[in-house]
Amino acid sequence: MGILASQQLTKRFGGLIALSELDLDVAERSIHSIIGPNGAGKTTYFNCVTGFYRAEEGRTFFNTQPIDTLTPDKITQLGIARTYQNIRLFANMTCLENILVGMHPHLKSSWMGAILSTPATRQDEAQAHEEAIRLLQFVGQRGKGDYLARNLPYGEQRRLEVARALASRPKLLLLDEPTAGMNPRESMDTMAFIRRLRDELGITILLIEHNMRVVMGISEIITVLDFGQKIAEGTPDQVRNDPRVIEAYLGTRRGVAGVGA
Amino acid sequence: MLVGLYTLMGLGLNLEVGFAGLLDLGFVAFFAIGAYTVGLLTSTGQYGVAHWSFWAAVPVALVVSLIAGFLFGLPILRIRGDYLAIATLGFGEIIRLLALSDALRPWFGGSQGILAVPKPNIGGFEFSGPMQIFYITLVSSAFIAFVAARLRDSRLGRAWMAMREDEDVAEAMGINLINVKLLAYGIGGAFAGMGGAIFAALLGSIFPHSFNLLISINVLALIIVGGMGSLPGVVVGSLFLVGLPELLREFSDFRFLVYGAALIIMMQVKPAGLWPAAAVRRELLKEEPVGAVTEGPVAERAEA
Repeated sequence: MGILASQQLTKRFGGLIALSELDLDVAERSIHSIIGPNGAGKTTYFNCVTGFYRAEEGRTFFNTQPIDTLTPDKITQLGIARTYQNIRLFANMTCLENILVGMHPHLKSSWMGAILSTPATRQDEAQAHEEAIRLLQFVGQRGKGDYLARNLPYGEQRRLEVARALASRPKLLLLDEPTAGMNPRESMDTMAFIRRLRDELGITILLIEHNMRVVMGISEIITVLDFGQKIAEGTPDQVRNDPRVIEAYLGTRRGVAGVGA
Repeated sequence: MLVGLYTLMGLGLNLEVGFAGLLDLGFVAFFAIGAYTVGLLTSTGQYGVAHWSFWAAVPVALVVSLIAGFLFGLPILRIRGDYLAIATLGFGEIIRLLALSDALRPWFGGSQGILAVPKPNIGGFEFSGPMQIFYITLVSSAFIAFVAARLRDSRLGRAWMAMREDEDVAEAMGINLINVKLLAYGIGGAFAGMGGAIFAALLGSIFPHSFNLLISINVLALIIVGGMGSLPGVVVGSLFLVGLPELLREFSDFRFLVYGAALIIMMQVKPAGLWPAAAVRRELLKEEPVGAVTEGPVAERAEA
């Protein structure tokens, strides 16, 4: 069993089956992608893992610990962080504050300590600020700490969202379409950045991505979903040549071309 | 005097609405709870239970309104947005009606209220008139503002603001929404309880009619006028809201018409409030942000 393992996971919305008996196993320190046509259940899976949704059947384990019944805050504290398909930063807070919120689980200061400004609280806060600034540098936003998050350009918002996720010191990072809306140049930068997260920080990466160039270039394992079911899994080469994958993507010419590229 | 009391309540509600984004239309309830606690504990009249001094009763009033805040928060943890406003509106009315009710009359005096609440005094000096009590209000406002500022810049303050911005994502950041919400209601309630305690001593008597919905609305209005989430804004807002009707006295019958128009114009001209919160102000002025830069290894955890 890998760092994240789901067994027979099923999620229904009324009559719609969003995930159907999904088995998924993510190996530690791997870069694992989930692809599939729109509505295949990719984001639904992320929402199940992070506790936003409760799956009706099946189980999910993180480091062999079951996490199905935990609330989102508990799951984050265990070491799973995520970003969102449509960026969800705390828009009216500064970049630094966004990252500091991400550190929330690791800070100890209580509200009484804050009112009295005890030495322990001050030290805790000073360290948090230092680490937040380091994280800003890590994502290439040095000196942007005082900008309001909503005023950053789009690409930088995506990076800040990753920095905020990293602030919780995750072991597993879920990225929901990290290159959405980016031009080819930016997408390549993002790919390099994701590799750094794994290589330098040792974080396992699970990502949802539509850009086939990115998916094929970065993934070690790819899982293909269609209508909530896993239709293929393997290395980029295996998936690229899988007849069922080609069939699932046939509706769109670009998709076929992308898979073939 | 009234400005001071509104400031105290404003600071409390600002913590709930401005920081944590929890709209509360029943805020006067905490004001009432603070007032009744001090009234019951200090009164020398028929409903007085302890004949304590004002100074001993105030900490108790703070604790009681803090606990009331927690209890009040419990049933509404899962309610959001407009529904939250309605639920809190109900809570404010419940407290007022309880104080007014005949069933609880033996304890709270019903519509007759609690009389003979003594004035505070220190070593023989009695804070007898409004002027003397004004100083108590001033000192406690300054103290409460200080506490609010410390909380705003703390881990809890950031958690509140994150919750205000996006509740789901805040939870996904590892923030326990239940704790954080209850603390917002509790601490915000305690601030208003402080105001209520002083109110009881100021008037020397407490009547349920003093705690009507209009006060909740006024406190909310002063926060919006002053600037959501801004501490100086609370003071400016209460000066404006309490002071303006006085200035408009010459319009006599049309006073509140002019007052309402002034509010509408203000919101059109300065939607962020008279004294917006620091971050908002910085953006409005287009100041160059000063980025704190320190040299250091790229994320120490890389080696971990």
